[in-house]
Parts: sequence; C-alpha cells; structure tokens
Amino acid sequence: MIPGAFEYHRPESVSEATGLLSQLGEEARVLAGGHSLIPMMKLRMAAPEHLVDLQDIAELQDIAVAGNTLTIGAMVTQDRLISDPALTNAVPIIGEAALQIADPQVRYVGTIGGNVANGDPGNDMPGLMQCLGAAFELVGPNGTRSVAAREFYDSAYFSARADDEILTRIMIPVPTNKGYAYEKQKRKIGDYATAAAAVLCGGGQASIAMTNLADTPIWSADAGTALASGDVDGAVAATMAAIDPGDDMRGPVAFKKHVAQVILRRAIARAQSRA
Amino acid sequence: MAKLHVKMTINGKEVEALAEPRTLLIHFLREDLKITGPHIGCETSHCGACTVDIDGKSVKSCTVFVGQSNGTDITTVEGLVNPDGSLGVLQEAFKEHHGLQCGYCTPGMITRAHRLLQENPTPTEEEVRFGMAGNLCRCTGYQNIVKSIMAAAPVLAAQKEAAE
Repeated sequence: MIPGAFEYHRPESVSEATGLLSQLGEEARVLAGGHSLIPMMKLRMAAPEHLVDLQDIAELQDIAVAGNTLTIGAMVTQDRLISDPALTNAVPIIGEAALQIADPQVRYVGTIGGNVANGDPGNDMPGLMQCLGAAFELVGPNGTRSVAAREFYDSAYFSARADDEILTRIMIPVPTNKGYAYEKQKRKIGDYATAAAAVLCGGGQASIAMTNLADTPIWSADAGTALASGDVDGAVAATMAAIDPGDDMRGPVAFKKHVAQVILRRAIARAQSRA
Repeated sequence: MAKLHVKMTINGKEVEALAEPRTLLIHFLREDLKITGPHIGCETSHCGACTVDIDGKSVKSCTVFVGQSNGTDITTVEGLVNPDGSLGVLQEAFKEHHGLQCGYCTPGMITRAHRLLQENPTPTEEEVRFGMAGNLCRCTGYQNIVKSIMAAAPVLAAQKEAAE
C-alpha cells in the first residue's frame, strides 16, 4: 500500500509549524506519531499534499507537574505516559488507560496529542480527559487559546480545533480524589473499545466518562453528582441515559448498552476500592 | 516532489540515500537497501512482522515514513547476530526451542523480544505475552515463541552482567 505523494516538513518550533500551516493552507496536515493518519494515507482515504512533522519541537515533549496542574506536551507517547514516574504519581489513571491502548509498538510511537486531537470516537484519551476536566492548548495564527476537553468534540473527527491550529499541550488538574479506574472491554489486544469507562471518586467528588458509545466521548455531570453521593445505580442510570451507541462490527446497540453498564460498574467498584 | 536526503545508522552502518517522502520505512529497508529481514505481513500496523528497533523503541516500520526516521539509529533482525556473524542469543533460542514454523513472523518476533528483554531482563511468562502482543503468528506458534524468549532471558542477562 503506497500513500499519495506529499512534501515533508520538519519544523523546530511551534511558531515555525503554525507558520507552515498558514502558508500551505488546507492541503497540509500535522503529523504526530502518525499511527492514525498513516494507515488512512495508505488507504488513500487521506491524501494531504504536505505533512508537517512535529517530532523536532522539543517543548512538545515535556511532562511537568507544577502546583496542582499536570501539563503534558502533545508529542508525549503513550509509552511515556505509562513509564513517567512524576506523571504516574500525580495522575495514575492516565498510565492505567494508556496501557490498554493498542500494542507495545504502537504505544512507543502514538502520542497523547494525536489521540485527543484526532477526534476518533474510538480513541481512549478524549473520554479520559473529559473525566479529568482537562483543557487543550491550541496555537494558531491568531495566538494561543485553551479549550476544555468537555467542550472540544463536536462529532466524529470534528472538533473545536481549526485547520490552522496545532494542539500543543494538555493541562490536567491533579485530582483530589484517591479513587480511580479505567476499564475497557475490547475484542482483542489492539482493538478499539466496545465500551470503556473512566471513573474518579472519593473525597465527596466524582467524575465519569465513557468511550466509543457515541460519536463523541460521553461525560455526564449527573452521573458524577450521583456517584459523589454514593449512589452507584443513579450514576449508572445517568450515564446510560447519556450514551448513544451505534450498530457496528463490535455488536448491536443492545449488546453495547449491556457491555457499557457492566464496564462502568466494574470501573466504579475498582475506583471505590482505591478511594 | 523533491526527494528527501536521509541519513541514518542501520545495524551499525551509516546509510545515506535519496528517497521519495511517501516511502514507508519498510519499503526503504527492503527495496532500496535490500535489508529483507523485516517482513511485510499485513501492512496495516497489526501483525508486527515489519518490527524494527528505532532509537531503542520497537516500531512497526510499515507505519513510519522514511523521513520520520531520518537521523535515527535502527536495528533489524540482521543486526542481532553476534559480532562473529553467528546467531545471537535470541536467534539461537528460537532455533533451539522451535520458536518458529514457517518463519514469516520471526524477524519481527525476535526484534520485538530483543527490546522487551532490554527493558525487562527477567520477565514473567505473562509479561512476555503482554509485551509480545503486537506480533502475530499464524502458525499458532505462540507457545514456543514464549518458551524461546523465556529461555533467552537469563542468557542475555548473564551476558549483560559479565559485560558490566
């Protein structure tokens, strides 16, 4: 499988990268790990004329915990999300989720920035970032702005990011909750979720988000409120009311709804056992 | 499209070449450089037959453009032989424990197992299975593949200790 021809660019700073995007227009795409984009290019379902590879931009590789905020550069790989001690200490649910993504080879290359910016409903990080109340930093020709993960996703592959903007950093408030769990049901290693749930709880607060059960991640404020007061059935009911799974090769709608509540109950039980 | 000038180290040798930007690393290795150890299995990032080691990471070379690996240090299964050209520890273990049938997945299996054992020199069988999850074998030879890697682990660990 041979992708279409393109010109390859390797900027060394964010400003150089955004400059290239502005100059090259809509035929340019940003390349992070490429493990979603390159398969699409091989199928010729994507045929950008320019690829702007972000791997040489050092500041996008940073992981920093300062005060109550964990900041992760867009080019940090899933493998580093699993192995970085400061990150694991501050927000352990991230590594637990990253370990359930794809396989070792893909995790060495796939990035958190690509995972959240792509807008694929099957990606795990968008739901997790909504659960955590994260914000995404976007840099474009008109400067820098920040968008809440809970407001970022419009529909599958459509988000608040404009074509000439680069998602550069993810800011995550370090949770005060001790309880956490990421549970994922998949058909085999490397598959996307049939259903996945991210749960934080403890200290009178809770947050719940689910993945691949609608064309965007599902975060339910009502579910979090219910779980915060210890009402597990209420939390499950509120989440089930919010999801909208489709019929596909991972199963019919009724099956997905069944799996969703099983996975959510498992995640809640495990999170509560740690709280 | 202008060709890219790429420069990298492959199995300890400096390589310089011109390549079209759309060239995938696996095609560059096999067709331009005639390094045919890494195989093309599924070509869809699933099977791991094309696995190579890039700067200390196991990577599916069918899902990397040649430009992305510009300036890197790459090891393929050919680079895992002993300095005298005889089979390396993992290669010998796969032979000894019948870790292959048709052999198609073997270069990817061995290259991936090499990195796994570098990172975790004393893995449990479960850790080997989880760490090898990105490599598929269609002869259903996983049992002996795991056995081969488990057998190679202490030999490699002892070798490393002796070198230190």
